[in-house]
Amino acid sequence: MASSTGEAPESKGTHQYQPRDFKVVGTTPLRPDGVDKVTGRARFGADMNLPGQLVGKVLRSPHPHAKLVSIDTSEAEALPGVKAVVTRDDFAENEAHHDILCNIMARDKVLYEGHAVAAVAATSRAIALKALKKIKVVYDILPHVTDVDEAMKADAPILHDDMFTHGVDPMPTTASNIAGRCEFGHGDVDAGFEQADIIIERNFKTAATHQGYIEPHACVATVTSDDYGELWGCTQGHFVLRNVSASLVGMDVSKLRVTASEIGGGFGGKTTVFLEPVCLMLAKKSGKPVKMAMTRDEVFKASGPTASSSMDVKIGCTKDGRITAGFAEVRYQGGAFRGAPADFGAMCAFACYALENVKAIGWEVVTNRPKGAAYRAPGAPMSVYAVESVVDELAKAIDMDPIDFRLKNAARNGDKSSYGPKFESLGLVETLEAAKNHPNYQIPLGPNQGRGVASGFWFNFGGETCSTLNVNQDGTVAISVGTPDIGGSRASMCQMAAEELGIPYDQVRAIVTDTSSLGFNDTTEGSRVTFSSGMAVIFAAREIIGKLCERAAMMWDIPVEAVKWEEGKAIPAGANAGDFEPLTLAEIADAAGGTGGPIAGHHEYNADGAGVSFGTHLVDTEVDPETGFVKILRYTVIQDAGKAIHPSYVEGQFQGGAVQGIGWALNEEYIYGDDGKLQNAGFLDYRLPVASDLPMIDTVIVEVPNPGHPYGVRGVGETGIVPPLAAIANSVSDAANLRMTELPMSPPRILKAIHQAEAAE
Amino acid sequence: MRYEAPTTVEAAVSLLSAEAGLAKVLSGGTDLLVQMRMGMMEPDLIVDTKRIPGFGDIVEENGGYRVGGAVPSAELNEHAGFTAMYPGVAEGADLIGSTQVQGRATITGNLCNAGPAADSVPCAVAVGCVARIAGPNGKRDVAIEDIPQAPGKTSLEKGELVESLFFPAKPANTGDAYLRFIPRTEMDIAVAGCGISITLDDTGTCTAAKVAIGAVAIKVLVVDEAAQALIGTKVDEAALDALASACSAAAKPITDKRGTVEFRKEVVGVLAKRAAKIALDRAKGA
Repeated sequence: MASSTGEAPESKGTHQYQPRDFKVVGTTPLRPDGVDKVTGRARFGADMNLPGQLVGKVLRSPHPHAKLVSIDTSEAEALPGVKAVVTRDDFAENEAHHDILCNIMARDKVLYEGHAVAAVAATSRAIALKALKKIKVVYDILPHVTDVDEAMKADAPILHDDMFTHGVDPMPTTASNIAGRCEFGHGDVDAGFEQADIIIERNFKTAATHQGYIEPHACVATVTSDDYGELWGCTQGHFVLRNVSASLVGMDVSKLRVTASEIGGGFGGKTTVFLEPVCLMLAKKSGKPVKMAMTRDEVFKASGPTASSSMDVKIGCTKDGRITAGFAEVRYQGGAFRGAPADFGAMCAFACYALENVKAIGWEVVTNRPKGAAYRAPGAPMSVYAVESVVDELAKAIDMDPIDFRLKNAARNGDKSSYGPKFESLGLVETLEAAKNHPNYQIPLGPNQGRGVASGFWFNFGGETCSTLNVNQDGTVAISVGTPDIGGSRASMCQMAAEELGIPYDQVRAIVTDTSSLGFNDTTEGSRVTFSSGMAVIFAAREIIGKLCERAAMMWDIPVEAVKWEEGKAIPAGANAGDFEPLTLAEIADAAGGTGGPIAGHHEYNADGAGVSFGTHLVDTEVDPETGFVKILRYTVIQDAGKAIHPSYVEGQFQGGAVQGIGWALNEEYIYGDDGKLQNAGFLDYRLPVASDLPMIDTVIVEVPNPGHPYGVRGVGETGIVPPLAAIANSVSDAANLRMTELPMSPPRILKAIHQAEAAE
Repeated sequence: MRYEAPTTVEAAVSLLSAEAGLAKVLSGGTDLLVQMRMGMMEPDLIVDTKRIPGFGDIVEENGGYRVGGAVPSAELNEHAGFTAMYPGVAEGADLIGSTQVQGRATITGNLCNAGPAADSVPCAVAVGCVARIAGPNGKRDVAIEDIPQAPGKTSLEKGELVESLFFPAKPANTGDAYLRFIPRTEMDIAVAGCGISITLDDTGTCTAAKVAIGAVAIKVLVVDEAAQALIGTKVDEAALDALASACSAAAKPITDKRGTVEFRKEVVGVLAKRAAKIALDRAKGA
């Protein structure tokens, strides 16, 4: 996800890919962090404790929108056991991170229910909670708005007096809740619709959903009296977290060391900064370590869900199934600050298709809801749901198989993408063909059962990366990476290093280092880690191989050019071939003290060439016509991985994306009352799918190599959540013979639609 | 906050009677502790009933079963005699929370928490369960449908607690069943529920029935019209349709985050029909 940079992500990298016979890559060894995780020994965000630590708690606004008139903390500060209280007054203005500053501690206004207003550090949780009750806040309550369409109206309550819509020429002179407009496409859609035999136009809505990670945000901070800080916590990006936190607290970056804990899920929602600067400020003011952990209620109310949306889609095609024009207008609200991923939504909407005439407009809107955060392919699932629903309906209208319809219009190598760049190498057609040939596509359906198909796209991202490999004296290898492992990436790193060096997997160990041990690394996001950190590991390993050959040449006293590296050994080559016994990595490492000292490899770069990723999903559902209950009967994910380094973990990503999509499609939603308050801030009524709701998710890994990676790797983490909303909606439509245009398709909505369809007949 | 774990029911009653502030009974604690953790209530006194002799026992009595006030639903669900007699009640209890939660959660607590969606209650009502209440004025027996009054509110007087639930002997040719609707398959709260008991004569004609619906009003409702729709019939399709209509008509639900009025009224009828079919099969000994 390239949300932080917004860069056009089509491959520009040098052509690194070289076919080879893999020995370790493509196998499925156990992950290095696996035993600790299944035995409960792994340390997550809330598992770090420091001697004398205090408990930090946040006071949050009960109102969705209000002026913050005054905050009186004197009684709280006087409470025995309270060691520090912080409010907006403790944080200086910060131009670079203005929105984050306003979000972590409200300034002139509270903008959503749950917005942080003050925080305390005390010697116990009970005292901290008591102290919160003693803080006197005077609010001047303002009208609020939580719906995206309502927020765009001229008479809507305005969140920010200084928000003037970007991307509209000329820029408006009156403030609104519309942060920006963007447009992508080419050709002439009006002319395209004139060529169409059939045009279908529909409106869609999707609810905001939360990433639903099991581990709440948590951190521990300590600041020395000479202002050096240390922070442990769960995050997808400890370098970015360090930079932002240091800036907000007013520290040099070099004075703050951040260690990423094991992470209990992120899905984009932990690319953010919420508690950490507050925790540091409490530690600084109290002079003691402070630990903070959100409750589940706080996670729902104050950490980032993804956008809710309202969308219009119009597509036309000929009788023989050629799409002549596609138009989409998507409106996303991303909470109280800029950042709703309407741009990605507009870019991804038609990315699966090679279209002569295409236009997608995105509107980014603010509302009185928590600041949205990235969520797995941010922005793409909604717009693709809308487009793929209409595509499904068109295929049905002309009585064409939905896969054939997609194959007829699919983007192929060399096609100009709907969002601008030309596609260089992509595997969409391969996933569609694999879907068509899959046995699950042939299984006969029973009464009230339906089958749905949808495809989806995600850009993938590279980004700033560096990694170090150290050869230990016994010939084992230690990898240091700067990208938190949220999907088994340490295992993949070890596999790639072992592959290059020609040593067994279990002789390589990877750790995620703290921010003081490596140069800057971009966050674990954009499906970038196996691609970017993996490529850094490969290049660092190649650097080590060069050094190992030098050392062997030194030991043999022959020119380095006459040494080659094969299967984990230095071998004399050329004129010297056969003159010496090959030297293993362990033998060279053992002798390193006499040949120049330790051997290490390092690679630092801004990774380019992340290959685009496409997937196609097949879903069979059964709809109970009397209750509207949807049962997922079968689910198949087919996705291009470029090259699967660890196939089990690739499948895990496919399955995880599908399952989150099932939740989004069927029951997950942020439900707001007329009072602007979230009504279901907990796992009881925020209905994530549970294990018994799901069939085994079948997977097919398609491998169309990415030319921008030595092994052909494409990121796989995000594309899996793009097709499910549409695939399930199409399946439900097939099963119940109706078209659901609003997500989630909860039983009351489906039953209502069934009755409406009956009434219409 | 004070925690007490008395060893006699009399001691429990005096503790509850004497407390001036908020006193709460803790049996399994799976509602109480969660409510406290969420900051919904701060009791001044908690009286744990688990150490009172008999509160953890399931004993046969007059051909039926007396279930102690602190019996976890997991034990009830695994009691061979009870589950054979009242499979519908056991199935209702088996829907509460998760397997782990059921290790603690009690059906007495499920009743006294007075949540309209309590899964163990409607079928227990349908089979004629009677609560024995201990209080400052001694003991009294009350049909359990008279205990919940509104969400979180019961008819229990100050100082009273439910010491046991009595499930009377099952008449011949009788079957019970409970079905609820949730949008998922487990770990959820009923959007609508229906417990039903049906008794047949030798010809297969329904001679007695009791129908209770949950999650569609401020408390569990006994729907006499629904029972009357079955009595005297062979529980055929026409009777089932009348049953469903009676349940839908009796329901007085609200629209909230879990469902709409229309949905709940309709689906409670669907559930009644489906539950009746199961109960009918059981009554026939199928």
